[in-house]
Amino acid sequence: MNEAVLADQVWKFHGDFPALRGVSISAERGSCLALLGRNGAGKTTLLRILAGLSTPSRGDVRILGTAPRLPITRGRAGYLGHGIGIYDELTARENLLHFARLYSVPDKEAAVSKWLERVDLKRVEDGRVREFSRGMRQRLAIARAFVHDPDVLLLDEPFTSLDDRAIALLQNLLRDAFARGCTAVLSTHQLREALELATNVALLDRGKLKFSGPRTQAMLDLPPSIYFETESEG
Amino acid sequence: MRGVWTIARKDLQSELRSKEAINASVSFALVILLIFSFAFEPTADETRAISGGLLWIAFAFAGALILNRSFARELQNDCLDAVVASPVSGWELFLGKAIASFLLLLGVELICLPVFSIFYGVNLTKAFWPLLLVLVLGTWALTSLGVTFAALTVNIRLRELMLPLLLYPALSPALMASMTLTTSLLTTGTFAANDQPWFRLLVGFDIIFTTLALMLIEFVLVL
Repeated sequence: MNEAVLADQVWKFHGDFPALRGVSISAERGSCLALLGRNGAGKTTLLRILAGLSTPSRGDVRILGTAPRLPITRGRAGYLGHGIGIYDELTARENLLHFARLYSVPDKEAAVSKWLERVDLKRVEDGRVREFSRGMRQRLAIARAFVHDPDVLLLDEPFTSLDDRAIALLQNLLRDAFARGCTAVLSTHQLREALELATNVALLDRGKLKFSGPRTQAMLDLPPSIYFETESEG
Repeated sequence: MRGVWTIARKDLQSELRSKEAINASVSFALVILLIFSFAFEPTADETRAISGGLLWIAFAFAGALILNRSFARELQNDCLDAVVASPVSGWELFLGKAIASFLLLLGVELICLPVFSIFYGVNLTKAFWPLLLVLVLGTWALTSLGVTFAALTVNIRLRELMLPLLLYPALSPALMASMTLTTSLLTTGTFAANDQPWFRLLVGFDIIFTTLALMLIEFVLVL
């Protein structure tokens, strides 16, 4: 089995409302799957299920062949959600050290220093996050998701509200991660940035999978409205 | 257990830096003790007879401020998602948060005790170690149940109101035991002969609710 991420006939109900309706997706090791769809399509719900933050009402989910809620699975996955997931009262170094400890990173101090360097925050490592600019906070959040060198990355709208520098940084980090065999599933509205990285595309609409397949060169040239054509409906 | 200490350490580090909950909790407890000293003649024998109750009312109300922050602290920047997505288990998260809240609350109580002693003319040195034992057991009861309810109410809008509404009725057996044992120690300097069932109740409450919380917290955190 070569799938790093597998969702099979996944349903999720919020009360009586089906947020996901029998969605099946898969991503092979080393690939990047872009989840596309308008607001409310179910992208975040699916990513939260893949990250083990929510359980499916029906269906099966496997990350690297195991259930998402198992600690061993979560230890190999990195999740970056809508929020940056870092503490304002702590310094940049303390934040990364905290997550390095949670993920049992072998050489924590060295890993933290490496990632602070990579996101260009080494010079402010002892500054409290509450004093950071928005761009600096975003770069720290990226370092937080990567600090344990995950094998699977689950990124929810990772490019939203990133400045150009942070977008370039994230794209470079993702390319490096793919080169070492990491798999990514990312949801996004920013098509160009996502499609440049994606090897596969899945289009969700109102909880249903509308399209799933390899990303082609032609997709890059299509206008965004193609992917969000249902936006104009009612 | 590594996750437990990592969570506890981070919570203590955050709180000791911001001092949001500690300052509010200490001030609130001291104000309650001060107001009670106006309401009751502090040196009267009748007041001594309810001194354990007065003390634990102050601790229970002040404790809610610390317990409310235990999970609410994780809401900022969606940190709770980042922690729940990490390999740390639900029971480690619960225990780490409970230990941090327990230490903070015990610190608040130890700050308030000398003030209580002065206001109410109570000699605490006579029964300090037994009193510390009751404080530890009662505070753990308050913390273990409080952190569980804090996790349960973290995502609802009126969590500051919901936590006390859920916590105090469920905590009442442990509060009654703590109040009775504390009153005995403050009035006679030792446990009374009929205090043993209260002591057992307090220990049993701690064991049962800690075990239940450790077993159920995963279902509370991941829906």
